[in-house]
Amino acid sequence: MAHPDISWIAALNQLTAGFFLLCSFGLIAAAQVTGCIRFYVLQSLLLACSAVLLGIRDHSTDLFIAAGIYIAAKVILIPLLLKRTARQEMIARRELSQVIGVPSSLLIALGLTLVAYYIALPLTIHAGGGARTNLPIGLAAVLIAVYTITVRREALPQMLSLLAIENGAFFAGDAIAPAFPLIGELAGTFDVLMIVLVLGVLSTQVHRSLGNTAVGSLSQLGEE
Amino acid sequence: MLRMILYNLLQVLVVLLASPLAVGVLNRLKERVQSKHGSSIFQVYRDIWKLFCKDQVLSDQSTWIFRLTPYLVFAAPIVVTLLIPVLTSYPLFFAFMGDMLGAGFILALAGFFAALAAVDSANPYGAMGASRTRMVGFLAEPVFMVVFFTVCFVANSTIPYIVQQTWIHPFANFFDPSHVLIAIAFFMLILAETGKIPVDNPSGHFELAMIDESKSLEFSGAGAALVKWGGCMKFFVLLCVFLNVLIAPWGLAAGKAPAAVVLAIPLVLLKVLGAIMLITAVESSLAKLRLFRITAFLGLALVVAVAAMLARMMHI
Repeated sequence: MAHPDISWIAALNQLTAGFFLLCSFGLIAAAQVTGCIRFYVLQSLLLACSAVLLGIRDHSTDLFIAAGIYIAAKVILIPLLLKRTARQEMIARRELSQVIGVPSSLLIALGLTLVAYYIALPLTIHAGGGARTNLPIGLAAVLIAVYTITVRREALPQMLSLLAIENGAFFAGDAIAPAFPLIGELAGTFDVLMIVLVLGVLSTQVHRSLGNTAVGSLSQLGEE
Repeated sequence: MLRMILYNLLQVLVVLLASPLAVGVLNRLKERVQSKHGSSIFQVYRDIWKLFCKDQVLSDQSTWIFRLTPYLVFAAPIVVTLLIPVLTSYPLFFAFMGDMLGAGFILALAGFFAALAAVDSANPYGAMGASRTRMVGFLAEPVFMVVFFTVCFVANSTIPYIVQQTWIHPFANFFDPSHVLIAIAFFMLILAETGKIPVDNPSGHFELAMIDESKSLEFSGAGAALVKWGGCMKFFVLLCVFLNVLIAPWGLAAGKAPAAVVLAIPLVLLKVLGAIMLITAVESSLAKLRLFRITAFLGLALVVAVAAMLARMMHI
């Protein structure tokens, strides 16, 4: 860590991690679907940034390629697919409803972040700087995204939180296993693309038959 | 020593004279963005001058609080100016009289009396505005506290002159997540505390929707001028804290020669112009929040501030 370049990269990586966490909070607080999508794209971009920074530090070309995959799939393709499969009314929807209000949700998310730190920090005592930053933040992002899925009522924000879980997992994973085989990275990303496609079509169907996508009202089987 | 006192007074002079200009530029920029022609950037000076020339009307039902408040609102930012770095990056004569917490208390005192005076005037809009300001105030309070805690953690001091140096020594500190997150949280606080758009609409003339403005509706003549001027100075002082203490001390005078200090004035004004452009962008791109959405806005600010503190505590 004595090398000045490395301390710079570590600082920048920490900054990226901070903003990454903020995007998770943004996904909870955003009141519109477009806002959610924007936060998701930003978070994916930060994921790619972090991968590039870690790649520079570890001289790992794998991470550069991974960053390229993230940008291609998450920053460009997923929003595009969402906009194509989901209906315009679903995207343009304002005033999303939540089970728990935004301020209390934010406080709970803060608590989750603390939990993530308490779990993850002891694991990283012997690890390098990258894992010390990325593992707690990635875990926090996963927990917050799970929480977001449970409080959001509409399908599209839930879907974006599902994708955010995957973002968090990759954020932590990039630091722990920089030499993760690229084929796995690719497979994971394509899986996610498929998920977006399927969920987009599904939620559009739900929207068509129900008029909204409040998943809570799907708890009973109806007869035509 | 005498020179330090003189520089300190020069700071006050800069804040006194430049703050209406800052507000005027902000108003003009906002109107230009909305494709209006907009009033002159010197309009605020003219308003203040006009108000000073007018008679003051005092209700005989009001108490001493109503008479005292304009002076307090005017004096509080001046006292704070003595404590914070406006032009120089080294401590001046009064620098150790109080820290950032002290400055916050002084501004809070002025805010408290402004709210009391609004209730004292018995204008229904005044009391409504006062209670709303208090609501925003107590939501902003925890954010303030967490920001101060974090600054203490990072800089081991709450004296603004010492704090400002820690961000760039070494320069990698500048990219420290806690630094950037604190700056974001404090910026959101400035928007809330000075009644800017996501929280309050400063150019609205509809009393029912007002938060900050309605407290000063009952003041007239010199009192109104002082309150208006005090509001401008509060805005300018908060911007100075944001730019010089929390972002970075660039453009401040490092040398003790008078020329360096005088040269710092245009540089600081340039920085303030940059911050004003940022505020214009925020105010023009966001809509005013409903009153009960403000909790979400300030809740987000609190989360940002706590994330900054977490980043600091966990990465030591």
